[in-house]
Amino acid sequence: MQLEAKKLSYRYGCYPWLFREVDFTLSPGEVVGLLGPSGSGKTTLCRILAGYVKPAEGRVLLGGKPITRKGYQPVQLVFQHPEKALNPRWRMRKVLKEAEVEDSILEALGIQSEWLSHFPGELSGGELQRFCVARALGKGTRFLIADEMTTMLDAITQAQIWNAVLNAQKQREMGIVVVSHEEKLVARLCDRVMRLSR
Amino acid sequence: MNVLKNKRLRALGMTIFSILFLGGVVILGLTLDKGNIVTHLEIRNAPPTLEHLFGTDWLGRDMFTRTMMGLTLSMGVGLLGAFCSTMIAAVLGMVAATMGKVADAVVSWSTDLFLSVPHLVMLLLISFSLGGGAKGIIAGTALTHWPSLARIIRAEIMAIRSADYVQVSRRLGKPGWWIAMNHIFPHILPQLAVGFLLMFPHAILHEASVTFLGLGLSPHQPAIGIILSESMKYLSSGLWWLAFFPGLCLLFAVRAFAAIGGNLRQFIRPSSAHDAR
Ligand SMILES: Nc1ncnc2c1ncn2[C@@H]1O[C@H](COP(=O)(O)OP(=O)(O)OP(=O)(O)O)[C@@H](O)[C@H]1O
Ligand SMILES: [Mg+2]
Repeated sequence: MQLEAKKLSYRYGCYPWLFREVDFTLSPGEVVGLLGPSGSGKTTLCRILAGYVKPAEGRVLLGGKPITRKGYQPVQLVFQHPEKALNPRWRMRKVLKEAEVEDSILEALGIQSEWLSHFPGELSGGELQRFCVARALGKGTRFLIADEMTTMLDAITQAQIWNAVLNAQKQREMGIVVVSHEEKLVARLCDRVMRLSR
Repeated sequence: MNVLKNKRLRALGMTIFSILFLGGVVILGLTLDKGNIVTHLEIRNAPPTLEHLFGTDWLGRDMFTRTMMGLTLSMGVGLLGAFCSTMIAAVLGMVAATMGKVADAVVSWSTDLFLSVPHLVMLLLISFSLGGGAKGIIAGTALTHWPSLARIIRAEIMAIRSADYVQVSRRLGKPGWWIAMNHIFPHILPQLAVGFLLMFPHAILHEASVTFLGLGLSPHQPAIGIILSESMKYLSSGLWWLAFFPGLCLLFAVRAFAAIGGNLRQFIRPSSAHDAR
């Protein structure tokens, strides 16, 4: 099963086109980097690939078929800003319950049990992002789109999270898109790189 | 931590006190002897004494009993009116936000319509066409107070439906009803509670004004609005207790509802309690 984007174009309202006729293919087990200057539309492309936004032109296909909106989506997105991706009224325990995350993943990501009884406003960005990653690694996930997933973290935490993600990736043959400004990280993680320009 | 604890304790104390006060009024209003409010001309216009805490009026009726019964009746009418109105607002807000463009247009249009006609005129028309009485007033308040709250609820639901965490939830395969119960409803509950509690004094005051104009409750029912408007006539002759105590009690009742509402909001929205640290 491949994730394919065919001739994607997008613009916000009447603003100029962000990108035109972008083609992109992601196979199982493949890690692809997505690079580009700030404002080049990386986040927008990620949202389209994960089905959060409809493209202005073009199609996103999963295993040759258009994405359905019912049930667990095999393409999951981890956002750049974890604090916006978590319900501020929920304790972290409920976040994990919503996604039915396996314990082994929690352990690999270093999620501590005393964090579970806190609200998002009471945890640091790095702690919150681990929950967002865990949530995106549910059993049914085949493709993971990581939009600057570890940008605001220190090197050690960054390594820990990527280790956990790559382990899961190898076990399940997941395809991953890595968006980042750090050329080094992308060079280390990715099999190939795609560049967006302004 | 200690400051927070004190704050919580005080809030809890205020809430319990308010509930006791309102509960006490209702119990007294329902149990006090109706014989106290028949005419006793021999004790008329008596100032407050131990036997008649709030004094008596120009017909010798015990003002304490009248006030308690009046408050109970007014609270019942106000609560029911405000409750129905809140429900209407919740349902219409939800319909407008979730059922598509046509539903949204219809709800917005009727919201604007109801907002453009003055409250009191609408209220009078509805009460009058239903033949006055408690039923007319309740229907009147219920049908006239929803528009602004419905607008708020619609905007809130629209905003939260596009929030990242709701979109994620949908893509985790959660069904619509699950998202409504777990993400959306807890989010609008405080707005509903606050809307309800802000509506309540309105409802009582409107009940009083409609009653004053002769289209509401009958003068034989001891509604607080009737007591106050009657007492106004006697203020100049020095019978200050006729308006003072009932007015004060109404004030306390309204404050008590506000206190309960405010603390309820803190309880439902833990994040606002955490800000206090
Ligand atoms: N809702 C929106 N309405 C209008 N313009 C938008 C909207 N969201 C993003 N943009 C614009 O689209 C462009 C691309 O935004 P996007 O977030 O995709 O960039 P990015 O490549 O992820 O940047 P960064 O590296 O800073 O995260 C930006 O110029 C931004 O101003
Ligand atoms: Mg971005």
